[in-house]
Amino acid sequence: MRHKIHRAPMAVASALLLGVFATSCSTEDPTDSTSGTDESSETSESPEASEEEGSGDEQEWFDQAVYDEQYEQRSATFEGDPETPYLQYIDGEMTDTSDYKANGEMKACFANASISNPWRQTGWITMNQQLKDLQDKGVISEMETRDAGDDDNTQIADIDYFISEGDCDAFIISPNSTAAMTDAVERACETGKPVVVFDRGVETDCATTFIHPIGGFAWGIDTAEFLIDNLEEGDKVVALRILPGVDVLEQRWAGAEKLFEENGIEAVDYFTGADPTEIKKIITDELGKGEVQGVWMDAGDGAAAAIEAFEDFGADYPVMTGEDEMTFLRKWEETGLTGLAPVYSNFQWRTPLLALEKIFAGEEVPKEWVLPQTPITEDERADYLEANDGMPDGHYAKFGGEDLVGYPEVWQEREIP
Amino acid sequence: MSTATSSPEASAAGRTLPLTEGSLPQRLLRGALTPGGAVFILLAVLFIAVVWVNPSFGEPPQLIRFIGRTAPIAIAAMGQYYVIVAGEFDLSMGAVIATQVVIAGNYIGDDESRVLPAIALMLVIGVAVGIVNGLGTTILQVPSFIVTLGTMLALGGLVKYLTGGAATGNPVDTFREIGRGGIQDVPVLDVLPYSVIILVAVAAGSFWLMRSPFGRTLIATGDNPDAAGLAGAKVWWVKTRAFILSSLSATIAGILLVGYAGVHPSVGAGYEFQAITAVVLGGVVLGGGRGWVLSAAAGAFALELLFSFLNFQEVESTWRNTVQGVIIILAVAASARAWSLGRRPPSRSTPAAPAPSPTTARPGTETGEN
Repeated sequence: MRHKIHRAPMAVASALLLGVFATSCSTEDPTDSTSGTDESSETSESPEASEEEGSGDEQEWFDQAVYDEQYEQRSATFEGDPETPYLQYIDGEMTDTSDYKANGEMKACFANASISNPWRQTGWITMNQQLKDLQDKGVISEMETRDAGDDDNTQIADIDYFISEGDCDAFIISPNSTAAMTDAVERACETGKPVVVFDRGVETDCATTFIHPIGGFAWGIDTAEFLIDNLEEGDKVVALRILPGVDVLEQRWAGAEKLFEENGIEAVDYFTGADPTEIKKIITDELGKGEVQGVWMDAGDGAAAAIEAFEDFGADYPVMTGEDEMTFLRKWEETGLTGLAPVYSNFQWRTPLLALEKIFAGEEVPKEWVLPQTPITEDERADYLEANDGMPDGHYAKFGGEDLVGYPEVWQEREIP
Repeated sequence: MSTATSSPEASAAGRTLPLTEGSLPQRLLRGALTPGGAVFILLAVLFIAVVWVNPSFGEPPQLIRFIGRTAPIAIAAMGQYYVIVAGEFDLSMGAVIATQVVIAGNYIGDDESRVLPAIALMLVIGVAVGIVNGLGTTILQVPSFIVTLGTMLALGGLVKYLTGGAATGNPVDTFREIGRGGIQDVPVLDVLPYSVIILVAVAAGSFWLMRSPFGRTLIATGDNPDAAGLAGAKVWWVKTRAFILSSLSATIAGILLVGYAGVHPSVGAGYEFQAITAVVLGGVVLGGGRGWVLSAAAGAFALELLFSFLNFQEVESTWRNTVQGVIIILAVAASARAWSLGRRPPSRSTPAAPAPSPTTARPGTETGEN
């Protein structure tokens, strides 16, 4: 029976199938042109288009005031001892915490966005060692942690659980995303207990303290300036971005993109999901199209794959900005390429617990606790490589836990708590 | 096993397949007009389009690298083909790849002496996953969609447990050479990636396998499992082997991907759907019983060429999934329409003449199978 089917309808079948290809190809073309215009801020090739449509995309994340502020903060003076950068801050408004002064041990509740990237994992290990220290000191009895696994809804549920049933004396929240978490953070604030927000921000200033390094724009400025200084006008930069929609990452790109545009650097950006296969394909395709002089990354995860793509293609190494992840630092040294390791200070994972120590002691804390954020340059690289010798590839050089118990074994073994 | 049980199948298969009639050019032409053959035309069209927008893509060194990097997905597509042509699905493929990638990273690490044990371990795991999928589908009678979804989730959890969801260290470079390196200084090509050699070997093996008794039975089983069972085929074992082949293909893809890119839990993500898309694009009928294994590989190349084309046209890579979705729906719709048209009575007017044919050996395939 089925053998007959082969014959007469073959032509129909193939015609239809080719029709499929035709239609699927023609659906590509509109796709092509629409995305060509409304995403044109990415390619920066057609200035008019990016002014009209692209600005809509940019406005979402580019904020001139914040940009200017972070531009200044890069050279600001930080209060406190540079030996303990996780306690440094830029002078500003302080929160009075005398009402929170506590006797005895208190319970902290930590709503964590996730530990799904090496940066968060390193910080999470450091945070746990910091916790041990504060437990020994009798400041904190325990820290109950709920991991939202990168899911907004889970994190909202986590925070609500903490509020209603957690028996918490204080909240630490590392928001998964900016807008979605705002209401939940406000509900936590309404309990009247101290709320410490760190890393990604939320759209409310109700928290007792909001801890973060200078920020994404500073990252974007540092990296873009480095590339601009080391490249010629008209050179091409491939920007590898992890994912859209997270403020700290979007601001890195928004800052860098602005400078690339202003300085005539042709930058193309891609979302990679940190998948090394994607990264390698993207770079290889770009090299196939023409020369690539620079690589910009909004996080160092996958930097090695990007560099390998140049090696495998037989192209010259690019000028590149990665991150202070050991993979990149090692590959950077090995290849001798011109590079910079921007830092999104991993030691900030210590600060929330140290902030709680201050809060429970009734000491004032900065309302917005801005931590230092200084890139690692080629001159400093050797020192950081030496200091972190034996650390795994996913470790971050500026993790800031050298004085904590368990150093260095805990970080070397990298057992995720 | 017994000629008695295989006789109904034998008499059906004894008639000539239209595709095996006529001279070679005629056969090629007819083949090209089937969904399974049309994909090669599509491949050529896409290739010309890509070279049109980016001439350097056509240079042999670049082309061979493209083939090399597409090898994992093409191999995965051929693996998925076995399962689909048997009338099932394998959704666990991407998770198998991720698992193998992570195992390679964790187990081998910097220890060169562990390369061979690791490969053995990975193959064993591949077979084990295939057996679980196969037996779950056949013996436990759970739809393969659900069984493989289950193994996908289970393996995904394992990967998450092993890595915490983030990249871990890469395995030693000698292991990565398999997917990254190649034979240097080859004339014209410049470099011949090992992955291309492996792809050719897998393709040749698959081609041979589909012409072997196993392949014939597999297609018969996909077309009509009851009939195949009555004809004496051990349906559960045929399908289970299809699942094993699928997981093994995923394992090979995983080995190549570790080499190509390195260890990251997201490696392999979406491979099951890319493989299914490739198979469908290759004109293989969902539900089983029809399609060519090499068309599945060609489908994978067509898909990657399309993505490259879009990339060269500066289309956001975020559109890829949309493109893939549209292709799946249209390709399935088109081929389903084609087959159902074929079932209408008029097609009776063009029955195959009982001409002598090289395929008369077909009945023997069932006997050999059991």
